[in-house]
Amino acid sequence: MGPDAVQVKDVSFSYDRTAILQDITFTLKQGDFLGIIGPNGGGKTTLLKLMLGILAPDKGEIIVLGKAPHDAKHRIGYVPQYTDFNLRFPVSAIDIVLMGRLRRSLIGRPYSRNDRIKAEEALDRVGMGVFRQAHIGELSGGQRQRVFIARALASEPEIFFLDEPTAGIDPYFETDLFSFLKELNKDATIVVVTHDIGVISSNVKSVACVNHTMIFHEQGKITREMIDMAYQCPVDLVAHGVPHRVFPDHREQ
Amino acid sequence: MWDALQFDFIRNALLAGILVSISCGIVGSLVVVNRIVFISGGIAHAAYGGIGLAFFTGISPTLGAGLFSIAVSMIMAAVSFKNRHRADTFIGVIWAVGMALGIILIDMTPGYNVDLISYLFGSILAVPESDIFFMVPLDIIIVLSVVILYKELLAMSYDEEFAFIAGIPVRLLYFSLLGMTALCVVMVIRVVGLILVIALLTIPPYIAEKYTGSLGKMMALACLLGILFTVSGLWLSFNYNLTSGATIVMVAAVAFFISQAFEMIKKRYKA
Repeated sequence: MGPDAVQVKDVSFSYDRTAILQDITFTLKQGDFLGIIGPNGGGKTTLLKLMLGILAPDKGEIIVLGKAPHDAKHRIGYVPQYTDFNLRFPVSAIDIVLMGRLRRSLIGRPYSRNDRIKAEEALDRVGMGVFRQAHIGELSGGQRQRVFIARALASEPEIFFLDEPTAGIDPYFETDLFSFLKELNKDATIVVVTHDIGVISSNVKSVACVNHTMIFHEQGKITREMIDMAYQCPVDLVAHGVPHRVFPDHREQ
Repeated sequence: MWDALQFDFIRNALLAGILVSISCGIVGSLVVVNRIVFISGGIAHAAYGGIGLAFFTGISPTLGAGLFSIAVSMIMAAVSFKNRHRADTFIGVIWAVGMALGIILIDMTPGYNVDLISYLFGSILAVPESDIFFMVPLDIIIVLSVVILYKELLAMSYDEEFAFIAGIPVRLLYFSLLGMTALCVVMVIRVVGLILVIALLTIPPYIAEKYTGSLGKMMALACLLGILFTVSGLWLSFNYNLTSGATIVMVAAVAFFISQAFEMIKKRYKA
């Protein structure tokens, strides 16, 4: 099976002298499906950016597919957190998906025929083929998110990192997305950050809860400890099989 | 208008206006989509420090302004690369210091009193042919580099983090973008003034962005709009005896407000 998908050893990270993450250690095997939960501002996105190599840890080590994140970048697919990001930007769905092919094409050369074919296939796979020429601002939130997933798909990665892929999108999309991710999980490792515990529990293989420190559970069980950590106050876990929302929705930075 | 064309200075002014519009339309589109309008304003104004330095040391103003604003643009790139939205104070400081430095250096230059206004609004009607020869290669360099690096520039402008993960040298690209902005600003500052540079750098791309579906088309439309504004502004200034640079800015501004109003009406009808 080769090296572990992600190895994080004693990683700490602070921003402007505020400690965001402290002593995070875990190992994610290839083929795993990890759900990362935690309160807003708890460091979920930071942890993801560390694994992607966008940020560098102050302390500790991160190894992705046996290499430094910087050297494994080309084997990673990333679906960032978008709310209403840059909607005016003059770019079409297919232009965005083509960006997923960048690493496989040469700098200073136009995209190849093969790049275009792969990009169109990726758009078809997420059911957005008919919208290929649509301006990104005309699409709904769920459609836009599909385009960003197609962009990650087009890069043919071994690990997918998704940051809050369902934030602000209707619940149907959420169900669809997770069954789609399960399908992808057949040949790729998946790491998804979300603050929605409900959808996590029934879909992922392992769970981690991040709030400055981290609790990792390989069997994908959400423990009482995690819930307390995620919501910073005791929550009735058994209630109706779905924990309540303790905090009203608010955006992460 | 046709009568006017028999004058060399009008022909030169028209040519200069067209060449400036092309480089400003292309670089300006990148400036607008990357949201670095404030940074490019800072580079343009700080360039005045380079003009002062040139007069003080006796080198050519274009060379002085060129070297100085490229240096300033690299400093601004270093400051703003990591934290684009928090760097504005620092940029404001460089903006002001550059201009102040320019004015003081000119004060200290014996026997020389350069008119600041001519650098603010330029003197497009006094463009010598030598400047035109200077602007043609600049336009070619800008067009070529944008054509060659189009997909990388697009990816960086749209989503810098994704571009970084895709292996695009975003830092190098960002520094080159600001360097290109500095070049564009400097080459045209003497011709049309730094106010007109900023107007041409921002207004045509801003309007073009609303009516186009891709960055390339946005650049093309911005160039055409820029040409339209400079040519009609020149015509008005010639016929009504107005300052040409200021008239061109006003034409562009009128178009800007019309397109804003248009959009508001369109939105109201849709709702």
